[in-house]
Amino acid sequence: MAKTIQQLSVFLENREGRLDEVLKVLAEKDVNIVALSLADTSDYGMLRMIVSDPEKGRTALKEEGITAMLTDVVALRVPHATGSLSKAMHQIVEGQVNVEYMYAFANGGDAAAVLKSDNPEKVIQILEESGFGVYSADEAYRANQ
Amino acid sequence: MAKVALADWKEQYRDAKIECMSRDEMSALQSERLVKQVKNVYENVPFYKKKMDELGVLPGDIKGIEDIGKLPFTTKEDLRDHYPFGLLAVPQEKIARVQGTSGTTGKLTLAAYTQKDVDVWGECVARGLVMAGLTSADKIHVCYGYGLFTGGMGLDLGAKALGAMAIPMSAGNTKRQLMCMEDFGATAFGCTPSYAVYLAEAAAEAGIVDRLQLKASINGAEPWTDEMRRKIEDILNINTFDIYGLCEVTGPGVAVDCIHHKGLHVYEDYFYPEILNPADQSPCADGETGELVFTTLAKEGMPLLRYRTKDLTSIDHSVCECGRTLPRIQKFTGRTDDMKVIRGVNVFPTQVEAALLSMGGGVAPHYMLIVDRENNLDVLTVMVEVDEKYFSDEIRKLDDLKAKVGAVLKQALGVAVRVKLVEPKTIQRSEGKAKRVIDNREL
Repeated sequence: MAKTIQQLSVFLENREGRLDEVLKVLAEKDVNIVALSLADTSDYGMLRMIVSDPEKGRTALKEEGITAMLTDVVALRVPHATGSLSKAMHQIVEGQVNVEYMYAFANGGDAAAVLKSDNPEKVIQILEESGFGVYSADEAYRANQ
Repeated sequence: MAKVALADWKEQYRDAKIECMSRDEMSALQSERLVKQVKNVYENVPFYKKKMDELGVLPGDIKGIEDIGKLPFTTKEDLRDHYPFGLLAVPQEKIARVQGTSGTTGKLTLAAYTQKDVDVWGECVARGLVMAGLTSADKIHVCYGYGLFTGGMGLDLGAKALGAMAIPMSAGNTKRQLMCMEDFGATAFGCTPSYAVYLAEAAAEAGIVDRLQLKASINGAEPWTDEMRRKIEDILNINTFDIYGLCEVTGPGVAVDCIHHKGLHVYEDYFYPEILNPADQSPCADGETGELVFTTLAKEGMPLLRYRTKDLTSIDHSVCECGRTLPRIQKFTGRTDDMKVIRGVNVFPTQVEAALLSMGGGVAPHYMLIVDRENNLDVLTVMVEVDEKYFSDEIRKLDDLKAKVGAVLKQALGVAVRVKLVEPKTIQRSEGKAKRVIDNREL
């Protein structure tokens, strides 16, 4: 079973109310947002989300003419202990895998660091071999419940 | 039904005598018609009498087509000044139809037709339809707008003259267009090229391309590129033909291209083309780019002498591979008034389109140019749509794409541009003439 999870990525033009429109579409379709990161450039924004049902979210947005895609990412399980993330990151660097971006969320027991890499399978392998766990899709999509 | 390869194409002519006439015979026909027309406008249109008198030219000075350079020009402003019926050469009772231009600024321009003018118009469009391989058995889906705009009516009249079925859809409502196209079994359609691309994309998206019976499309009213042609032809598996016209002269059907796509054949027995140097209005040689100017040799309602179209092109009088002797005008390199001078460089919107298409993916050929002036310096911003297939969640990849687009455009235009990536399908597709440039400079 693949241990990557799917992130819903949305291209946002820098227009007034565009983020609001996206969030409204997801709310109306009952797609719950677990985690969110918004990167901005001078022209456009990139909204990246972990949601309760990524495919449903993508379809709903597409119907409204909003460009969205699903991206495979890894949700690293980070124990609430100082230095956990540093240790995990060190292992990834040692494994010579490139991380494109990362954002984190914390709900209950452990925190999660969402990682995008060219080689997610290798990231998972490195993490598991060094004693870290990753969230399964089911766990990640419902991490806030 | 499907696209026909050039090797398998069987050329047909609606009027082989005219379309393949020798140059001498054509000149003789044009001379006869011009002499008659000049006499007609001198006697019946006060505007032309005044203009000719000012130049000291009398109808008797015009002995043949070679004397056309002695005649006065007509401009769009002249048409506006004599709006609506000031340039008629017949009483208003003889007018069977009027059509007008979209008129983006101020008053519209009106053209008036007698019944014979309407028949000639239909005949010219029908010649083009036959050149596109169509016969009386075809069903022609017209999604040009009907109304004052000549697009819808022009194709309709052509279908009528040909004896083919006209399906008068008019513009808009793409879903309904596709439904009717499929249900009625249209074998050809006519609309602007940008809308044809949009329709083709929509048909592909709806998964109905295989259920359509199309074999050809007739696309005009705005400039388009070979890349757009390939896109429409590849998606729909049809042959496409370029049609040109302007309402002042008659409407679509002034010139149409053949399967060889080496320029648009001008129906010069009715519409005499000149290509003139924009600087001094001296005649250009074949192959030289200049302003296209038309004289309507046989028009009754509102005949025009040397009407300046502001379209820039060149002409080729050599015999075409299709067998026609009708001269061919090349794709327009722009309009004298669409051209933007940015930091001293002449920029035409079509260059941007060609450059985007030449990238072979990444961005869609839909764009908007915005010209601003910041600190006394012209700034050209090009808004382009990211192709859905190339959309990435990584900003680095989108920025690479943006840089690549910027480099390609700078190379093509000779001026640096700011690229702004926008979401797919957000730039307006046009059902009439696409507005591609916004100039915010206060000059």
